[in-house]
Amino acid sequence: MQDVLKNYVEGIGASILGLVNGLGKFSNFAGQVFFWAIQPPIRLKLLMDQMYFIGNKSLFIIGLTSLFSGAVFALQMYLGIKAINMDSIVGPVVAISLAKELAPVFAGLVVAGRCGSAMAAQIGSMKVTEQLDALEVMGINAHQYLAVPRVVGATLSMPLLCGIFMLIGNLGSWLVGVQVLGIDEVMYFQKLSDFMTLSHVAEGLIKSAAFGFLIGMIGSYHGFEVKGGAEGVGKGTNLAVVWGMVTVLVSDYFISSFLTKIL
Amino acid sequence: MADAITFTHVVKKYGDATVLNDLTFGIPQGKITTILGFSGAGKSTLMKHILGLTRPTSGKIVSLGKDMSELDELGLREFRRNFGMVFQYAALFDFLSAFENVAFPLREFTKLKESEIKKKVESLMQAVELVPESWHRLPSELSGGMRKRVGLARALALEPRIMLYDEPTSGLDPISTQVVSDLIASTAAKNQDRKLTSLVISHDVRASLRISDHIMFLERGQIVEYSTVEGFKNSQNPIIRRFLEL
Repeated sequence: MQDVLKNYVEGIGASILGLVNGLGKFSNFAGQVFFWAIQPPIRLKLLMDQMYFIGNKSLFIIGLTSLFSGAVFALQMYLGIKAINMDSIVGPVVAISLAKELAPVFAGLVVAGRCGSAMAAQIGSMKVTEQLDALEVMGINAHQYLAVPRVVGATLSMPLLCGIFMLIGNLGSWLVGVQVLGIDEVMYFQKLSDFMTLSHVAEGLIKSAAFGFLIGMIGSYHGFEVKGGAEGVGKGTNLAVVWGMVTVLVSDYFISSFLTKIL
Repeated sequence: MADAITFTHVVKKYGDATVLNDLTFGIPQGKITTILGFSGAGKSTLMKHILGLTRPTSGKIVSLGKDMSELDELGLREFRRNFGMVFQYAALFDFLSAFENVAFPLREFTKLKESEIKKKVESLMQAVELVPESWHRLPSELSGGMRKRVGLARALALEPRIMLYDEPTSGLDPISTQVVSDLIASTAAKNQDRKLTSLVISHDVRASLRISDHIMFLERGQIVEYSTVEGFKNSQNPIIRRFLEL
């Protein structure tokens, strides 16, 4: 009984120590990225390559998810409020939800899954094949060469993807609400302009930039932390996706609380 | 002849474990020096100290006349451009072709025009005897020996003053081993006018005896033997005799 209790307490202690150690390493990594982000040279081509990969290459999946998210949300809203004859507010409710929550969070989840994993896999496989050492020996900081373009690229690309998500999501909502369910089009747009404000859009865009930053950091960090061979790369990739998604969802609450106070 | 690198009472400890134990030696400039030793002898740690990738617990390292302890992180990065390194498995960037790998340091650190880079890369590729058909292949499409040659060409691109070779013949067949060893020797000979210093870390006794001017044998972080090739062959130290007989 005593042994079981001892093992249990030791297990809790080890988990806490592991968490603190991980946070310490992540903070150190973030410090390195900040430091090297402001050191010359600025590698614009690498940044553009990352923005192309994170932004442009995610467009199809963002377009598809946003169209159907807007459409299904409009359908559910319509079914819920039709009974009280408020179907004209489907447009603004969907639009505000998209701007403030759905677009940044869904785009964040898509990018965490698609790009966070790729970042960890690319950097991790470079680490296990000594390519990071080769950069260091040449006098090139691996954080500056690999992590900085990914973090900055994700931070800049996410608001663009989020904006596109909002636009296409609203298109889906209009298609289902007006064209399929027969909500009056004039009322739909009238209510939309009555309730929707620029601060709703701004909140979503700022939040998505924060998500992009976190996804870039987490994806790159798990790449740099890879140990061993192919198995280590797989583990790092997996951790990047899991932590990327969890961080988007958890940080969403805190960022939202903060932004609602200042916007 | 002056030493390119000198270690003075260098100690490196990781916790309670002493990996380098009071090392004092010099690596002569313009010569090929090989560091031999069993696994865990401290060879890789020694290489990391030479590159400034890790700092000694105590002692002093002077490289090309510069006290390494006086260099900060940015200074060390600048200083590392004096070194060219060939990695055990070549460490070529897998997203770049062989040609682009060799062009990489030139693009990063020089202001050469694209035509000049092309000319320089072609001459390096020819110097390491790579056939033009392989120049635009990705590293994954090259054999182990070819990858090592591309790695050597990349390391030579910025005309380093010290070349480091980490297990250059490991994983190669006997013919490729001979080709790579000969390339190390010929690279040193071709760059004799600018006194290129070569430091090879190896397990391969036969290749080391063939190409080296000096051989150091490390055992548990200490120097067991450091002499010319002849001196090494004639050493009566039982550890060296055992290693030579393997």
